[in-house]
Amino acid sequence: MDIKVLGPGCPKCKDAEKLALDAVRESGVEANVEKVSDLKDIMSYGVFSTPAVVIDGVVKSVGKVPSKKEFLSWIKPA
Amino acid sequence: MEEIRPQNNARLLKYLAALVPSLVLWWLVYGQLAAVARHLTQDVFGLAAGSHAAEAVEFFLYDTPKVLMLLTLVVFGVGILRSFFTPERTRRVLAGRRESAGNVMAALLGIVTPFCSCSAVPLFIGFVTAGVPLGVTFSFLIAAPMVNEIALVLLYGLLGWKVAALYLATGLSIAMVAGWVIGKLNLENQIEDWVREMRSDPNQIPDTRMPFAERIAAGLAAVRDIVGKVWVYVVLGIAVGAGIHGYVPEGFMAQIMGKGAWWSVPVAVLIGIPMYSNAAGIVPVVEALLGKGAALGTVLAFMMAVIALSLPEMVILRKVLKPRLIAAFAGVVGLGILFVGYLFNLLV
Repeated sequence: MDIKVLGPGCPKCKDAEKLALDAVRESGVEANVEKVSDLKDIMSYGVFSTPAVVIDGVVKSVGKVPSKKEFLSWIKPA
Repeated sequence: MEEIRPQNNARLLKYLAALVPSLVLWWLVYGQLAAVARHLTQDVFGLAAGSHAAEAVEFFLYDTPKVLMLLTLVVFGVGILRSFFTPERTRRVLAGRRESAGNVMAALLGIVTPFCSCSAVPLFIGFVTAGVPLGVTFSFLIAAPMVNEIALVLLYGLLGWKVAALYLATGLSIAMVAGWVIGKLNLENQIEDWVREMRSDPNQIPDTRMPFAERIAAGLAAVRDIVGKVWVYVVLGIAVGAGIHGYVPEGFMAQIMGKGAWWSVPVAVLIGIPMYSNAAGIVPVVEALLGKGAALGTVLAFMMAVIALSLPEMVILRKVLKPRLIAAFAGVVGLGILFVGYLFNLLV
């Protein structure tokens, strides 16, 4: 699984990245978490309010730090 | 999605069961604040009515809980309201809008659309690449910080609804007119080239429909986030204000910030720009200054300059805008604020 946290580097973006790492560790899902801070890359997802979370190329949330519960529901196998 | 509905309803009921009594309690407490502040100052602390210390202490004891309570209520309401607006949806509404109507709509959406300040640049790119005209984009970007819910609450709580309404109306007007003027200046070539070459894909955005329980949760999150962050500034601001209120002689400010001093408005704006503060700390000081003879226009101009024209923001905008466009932005908004300052000094 490929998880990207998009954000130029504000405190909220860092919170979102930490949450992603925690959630992955907690769920035991095999996933690669990557922080994307380059503006051009962020914009290429059509996202412009950050932090945003992209999982396997699909934008899951924009403009907020998701709750851990919410995050887990995206990465846990259905 | 069907199977999670009952769970959301249960959550909604739980929220309502907690919120309704809280609101009633809020209302009851709010009505008693003035009496309690007076009682504490005169009977408990034994300060003589009318003395400097009593004036300062009572001001602090009354205004601090009052402002924090108002702030909590309004931030909660705005948090719920904002869950209906996302920057992505706003962009869809504004894309392809012409000037005029577009400027008006952008300024209004600027107030309710949530975004954190570090999103200003991606937001700008997102709007421009989606075909939102430059002037309309600026109306949005100016209104967002200029008309600030915290400033509005504080002005209402400390200075009454008339001043709050004036602030709202003039802030919106500046955003609309400044955006319109910037649009007329035809400065599209002053956007950095890499931005203009970008094409964004607006179809990737997730659905933002959410159950109402989640919107209430968003309101509560906003309270934790915003009130949790600004309460210190509110208390500090009110403490400074209380000091001014109790100890600075009546009419002292009239000379420096009064109507008579024509230069006071531009000076207030110039002092305000490099100050990066939030409304929370500024408004209580403003209230106290007004009480000592400062003119409303001068003080409003100062506050608007502090909130809407900040140097750090311009440094961030430099990533996407060439200097001439930034200068035009600062110049047009600055002129608008000057105009508001003089207008109020003339009228009030």
